[in-house]
Amino acid sequence: MMMKLFSALCFSLFAHAAAAQGLGPDALVKSITNEVIAIIKADKDIQAGHQKKINDLVDAKVLPHFNFSRMTALAVGRNWPKATPEQQKALTGEFRTLLVRTYSSALSAYKNQVIEFRPLRAAADTEVTVRTQVKQSGTEPISIDYSMEQTPNGWKVFDVVVGGVSLVTNYRETFNAEIRDGGIDGLVKSLASKNRSLENTQASSKSK
Amino acid sequence: MLRRLITVLLLTALVGLGGCATTGGSNDPLEGYNRAMFGINDAVDKVIIKPVATGYKAVMPEFARTGVTNFFSNLGDVWIAINNILQGKIGDGVSDLGRFTINTTVGIVGLFDVASSAGLEKHNEDFGQTLGRWGMGSGAYVVLPFFGPSNVRDGFSRLLVDWHGDPLWYVRNIPTRNELIGVRVIDDRANLLDVSRLAEEAALDHYAYVRDAFLQRRRSLIYDGDPPPEPNPAKSSDAGAEPVARAAAKEPVALITNQWGERVTTAADEELTPAREFAGTGAKPVSAGKDAVVSGAVYEPKIPNNHEALLAISAGSREGFVQASLKP
Repeated sequence: MMMKLFSALCFSLFAHAAAAQGLGPDALVKSITNEVIAIIKADKDIQAGHQKKINDLVDAKVLPHFNFSRMTALAVGRNWPKATPEQQKALTGEFRTLLVRTYSSALSAYKNQVIEFRPLRAAADTEVTVRTQVKQSGTEPISIDYSMEQTPNGWKVFDVVVGGVSLVTNYRETFNAEIRDGGIDGLVKSLASKNRSLENTQASSKSK
Repeated sequence: MLRRLITVLLLTALVGLGGCATTGGSNDPLEGYNRAMFGINDAVDKVIIKPVATGYKAVMPEFARTGVTNFFSNLGDVWIAINNILQGKIGDGVSDLGRFTINTTVGIVGLFDVASSAGLEKHNEDFGQTLGRWGMGSGAYVVLPFFGPSNVRDGFSRLLVDWHGDPLWYVRNIPTRNELIGVRVIDDRANLLDVSRLAEEAALDHYAYVRDAFLQRRRSLIYDGDPPPEPNPAKSSDAGAEPVARAAAKEPVALITNQWGERVTTAADEELTPAREFAGTGAKPVSAGKDAVVSGAVYEPKIPNNHEALLAISAGSREGFVQASLKP
């Protein structure tokens, strides 16, 4: 009896480690998506838009699988190498906050849509696009594609493309313009103040 | 009447374009007008359409709203079918007609989207996409009054062609027709409430965010979600982190004439090196007479005072037609 319990425990630990490390990119996306959806479906608070709970969920389940410095580099584009390492760090931090908030906000809009997983497309052995589809009545399915790269810590997402719109490169023109006007520091400042204003509106809507 | 007015506006914009057909990063030479119109549309939305849509969403039970959405969506399927067939996608067109038949009958005048459950997927097509598929360029980005983000090609398609394929315009009784169109507008808006909130939250510059999302979205739609990689290698060199950029970076990517008639070359790898650009060697003015295709050759930089502007121009040109026309 004891033995059985112990081996079950071992197995579940092992399974958990495998889930984090060994999965292929498509299996990884699938397992995270299903896990997150199951949590949302089971939690009335999240469905009602409880921001703190959503943030915790995203922090725990989703963020570890994102490569934010590459995302930021991709969004900034040709100005990225011109930034000092400190500026790059600041940019990544602020951009991360902004993306996470957007992502969390999108999650809270989830309403029982069916998500389908489509065959993955490989650009190279270490870079693939995992393609999914959200089905909704009355509109065509909306694609959500994850560009992923292999790293020593498993597969990481570096771009999310919704309905053909990259949530990352969509910022590039704006970032270029900001950098043209105020330099890299100007962009960091704009991102920071955007994040602050979002925080304030969130706080005030909560206190209502 | 409204449509005629908009068409005239669009024509005016187009004529205005002839004078200043520059290629900005996002192909947005009408940015001044566009931003103004975007502001007006946004104001109208905030005051009238969005509040009504929000109320509609709050009052109507979910299944009823889905029914309304399905009803209008079903009416749209015939025009989608025609466009699919015009684009040579006969299979998709037949599938759309199948959808229309099934949803109109089994789905009770389209209130239920049973065809989707039966495996016939909804498509997204319009005449602008058909023209794009046929190879017509999109023209400049234009914000239409009321209709919002568009471009010259899609704007004309929408105002002159698409409405012929819209069954609502064939409703004889004018008040009924207007009511139906009104409900559709509100229902569409209600479905977009989450998306528009997200875009507003996510954007540093709301106008630019919506514009760039629209441009990416249209491009994706024309290729039915499978757009080929950007045809312009210079474009991808913009993405500093992409490996493609590295491969393309070695070649000179732009050769243009600046405002003083000097010929200028830039190379992608130079753009990627900060020190050089700020030292002014990113763009190299070369005397006009010389044939200035000079990949790799080192020039003593003679930088005009406003080399920042020059760099902006050369960067812009990389996106556009200049490079294509100067390819060896």
